[in-house]
Amino acid sequence: MDLILSFLIQAAQMAIVLALAPLLTGFVRKVKARLLRRQGASVFQPYRDIARLLRKEVVLAESASWLFRVIPYLIFAATWVAAALVPTFAGGLLFSWTADLIAIIALLGSARFFLALAGMDVGTSFGGIGASREVMIASLAEPAMLLTVFALALVAGSTQLSTVAAVLATPEVGLRVSLAMALIALVMVALAENARIPVDNPATHLELTMVHEAMVLEYSGRHLAMIEFAASLKLLLYISLIACVFVPWGIAAPGSGLAGFALGAGAYLAKLAVGGFLLAFFETSIAKMRVFRVPDFLGVALMLSLLGTLLLFASRSL
Amino acid sequence: MQALMIHLPLVGVLLAAAVLATAIARSASATPVVYAICAVASAAGLAAALLSLTGGLSAAPLVLPLGLPWVGAHFRIDALAAFFLVVVNLGGTAASIYGLGYGHHEDAPHRVLPFFPAFLAGMNLVVMADDAFTFLLSWEFMSLASWALVLAHHREAANARAAYIYLLMASFGTMALLLAFGLLAGPGGEYAFASIREADRAPAIAALALVLMLVGAGSKAGLAPLHVWLPLAHPAAPSHVSALMSGVMTKVAIYGFIRVVFDLLGEPAWWSSVLLLALGGATAVLGILHAMMETDLKRLLAYSTIENIGVIFAGLGLSLAFEANGMGWAAALALVAALFHVFNHSLFKSLLFFGAGAVLTATGQRDMDRLGGLIHRMPATSLAFLVGCVAISALPPFNGFVSEWMIFQAILQSPNLPGWGLKIMVPAVGGLLALAAALAAACFVRAFGVVFLGRPRSTVAEQAQEVDHFSIAAMAFLAALCLLAGILPGFVIDSLAPITQALVGGSMPDQTGDAWLSIVPIAEGRSSYNGLLVFVFIAVSAWLAAYLVHRFASRELRRGPAWDCGFPEPSPATQYTGGSFAQPIRRVFGTMVFRARETVDMPPPGSTAPARHRVEMRDLVWDWLFAPIAGAVDFAAGHLNRLQFLTIRRYLSFVFLALITLLLVLALWT
Repeated sequence: MDLILSFLIQAAQMAIVLALAPLLTGFVRKVKARLLRRQGASVFQPYRDIARLLRKEVVLAESASWLFRVIPYLIFAATWVAAALVPTFAGGLLFSWTADLIAIIALLGSARFFLALAGMDVGTSFGGIGASREVMIASLAEPAMLLTVFALALVAGSTQLSTVAAVLATPEVGLRVSLAMALIALVMVALAENARIPVDNPATHLELTMVHEAMVLEYSGRHLAMIEFAASLKLLLYISLIACVFVPWGIAAPGSGLAGFALGAGAYLAKLAVGGFLLAFFETSIAKMRVFRVPDFLGVALMLSLLGTLLLFASRSL
Repeated sequence: MQALMIHLPLVGVLLAAAVLATAIARSASATPVVYAICAVASAAGLAAALLSLTGGLSAAPLVLPLGLPWVGAHFRIDALAAFFLVVVNLGGTAASIYGLGYGHHEDAPHRVLPFFPAFLAGMNLVVMADDAFTFLLSWEFMSLASWALVLAHHREAANARAAYIYLLMASFGTMALLLAFGLLAGPGGEYAFASIREADRAPAIAALALVLMLVGAGSKAGLAPLHVWLPLAHPAAPSHVSALMSGVMTKVAIYGFIRVVFDLLGEPAWWSSVLLLALGGATAVLGILHAMMETDLKRLLAYSTIENIGVIFAGLGLSLAFEANGMGWAAALALVAALFHVFNHSLFKSLLFFGAGAVLTATGQRDMDRLGGLIHRMPATSLAFLVGCVAISALPPFNGFVSEWMIFQAILQSPNLPGWGLKIMVPAVGGLLALAAALAAACFVRAFGVVFLGRPRSTVAEQAQEVDHFSIAAMAFLAALCLLAGILPGFVIDSLAPITQALVGGSMPDQTGDAWLSIVPIAEGRSSYNGLLVFVFIAVSAWLAAYLVHRFASRELRRGPAWDCGFPEPSPATQYTGGSFAQPIRRVFGTMVFRARETVDMPPPGSTAPARHRVEMRDLVWDWLFAPIAGAVDFAAGHLNRLQFLTIRRYLSFVFLALITLLLVLALWT
């Protein structure tokens, strides 16, 4: 019975992240538009976009290889699997032991690896510019992320995300300097990884400022739909991750009743809404920085996460 | 049955093959015959070593009446040796199979064929040796055989220089080992490992032996700052030999280090772990940054070997730290992680060098900036190379990720270590390793993207042909193993348990007994990873997504010119090259690590001369460490040279002077 229940939770989780991801993207765009005193498109616009792209034919560059056609599905799958392993409304996912936090980051790393390859595949200068900048950003963001994970794991005594969330929800943990540093670093990494302002601009088509958009410039139709979907999933994943680690309250414990799950789902939606709003608010209040300022930005994240980890090595109570 | 009864005759077969190759090297049938013998002997050695590792063969030692008359040649195959025999013979098998095809393109087979089996035999012997004399003799045999292979294409000036530097560094390394074993053997000259293990020695002697061992084995493995010869020598050899040198010989050096430091020296000193961690972390980052800047495909791979050696040494350092503080289980975890990485690196580095060799065969080019678009012309090679790239970038579900993950898990156990040196060093090294892993992914996106993707940058790349079936078989074999070791890591970890039990007195929990074959480094609640399920999940969801999209949405596809923001440029020269791809990372790290300078020569307005963009990068290790030494040697040699042109009178007076000085010293000494 337990097994069936946890299987159901896992299945629900996989469906929920899939269903909510475009909504979150639409919500962030809507809030941004409203903050700029525009009307903005409906929050459901991303669903329509994806459906429209899925129905269109693919126009493939003549120099594109088979890899170019496989990559969208690989990226989508890797991101989806990663997103399905981050506790959203309930802890104790059936497959949570499959991959711990380090493995989840590495899964996203796999997705990025292939996306950068896709940027190189057609052999245009834009693809190359996007790919080379993406790997430069990732080469700083990934270590910062891993050191943040170290800090979390040292506090929780585990890299298992459900366990981390459960431990951090207990009152004994309290407020810690190291966790504050980890939070700031994680938010900075999340901004960079999701190609948000100030690192990259998801709405731009001004060639020289774009990173993510430059890599996917040659994609069209269903391939583009999968990539956009994966990008939405990744945003959802990062907000869920920050929420489940730093605001772990409300996550339904394994074995709680229907009310617990309903509460968990409500709390999760509220967290997503707050996270999305904060992201939109931050993005409208800051300018995008030059590409070669990004290393400084991420260097700060790296140093903060290293400092957080060092503090925990010095004393477990910091 | 005694394991040595199988391995020693196999070494004999390899040596006989070397002799045979010398005799028939110039005949057409030499290439297939020699490589076939090597493949069979290595495969048999692999099977026997696997059997030893699982306890199927007896580890009893054997003394042969060879070598020094009063010592004899001792051999023994314990679990550690069996594991490294697996690595050596697996690499040997793959390289021999690859050689069956690749060897046909060799211009001067008589410069390769005799030394290839000898090289394999030498590596096997180093691992089997059970006394210092046999060890050093085999080590030197291995070095010289590989040196001869580096010189195979000796007419290229760069290769001759590479071989010269390699010879110098190898001699220097062996000298360090000689001194280390001299210290270990003590005044009594107890050369057998068994008596070295028993002997009592002063801490200072043990410390000196450890440092000498680090210098000797580290220079062979490519530990910074003794790595400078490696990116010159490894790429100079024929590609299957490069694969053996990078993938396997560096591991034999690591074997030597583990044998002495973990096995023979006894209790490690705490500072040794700090030293290893610092060197390992620095080597990893330095190696991969060099690789990132390199545009020669084989040199890129050689630099990436340096990175992986850094990772392995960091793992060994962690293991020493845990062992010195009585945390056997954590020491076992770190040691298993390091050994697993040894195994993994031997797989994917051989695979990548085979791929580079295939590219070289097909195009005659090693320069990335003259390649491109090979995925269309060489589909099998590019798929295998892609697997190698993903695996070496430590991405799930392949094998490289598992070992890196275990090293990170080991780092997370280290806050319990006492001492501030370690407390500060370990997280810093963790950061360096994470940086190296991320840079490795960037480096291999670049390697694969520039060489195999995009549009061809030269006519040779445009007209490339897929390579022969033997080469593809060897690459496919290694690629499959990369995936298998990534999704079923539990079997590898379990087979390493006897080694950790013997060396650090602890072992990881039993892995294969776990449900679903996940791996659990310490306890289920702390961390676990299941490569098999990750692989299945990704495969199923990717397939499901593709199926649903094609079934219910659209499957239309039209080929057209690239979009490129509306201004497609037909010339392939507009693509990103290796140099331009590395530019952002060079800007971030290069000014500090390489003293990178960029200069732009802009002709005045109206002039039709081309503008030029120059990048100058320095290898600071070479500039600060090796160039001064070379300069000093040159200076001394120049001045001592005068001694060659003296009169007989002066020579006689020098002889007298020397004699008197020596007698004086002797008189004062006693």
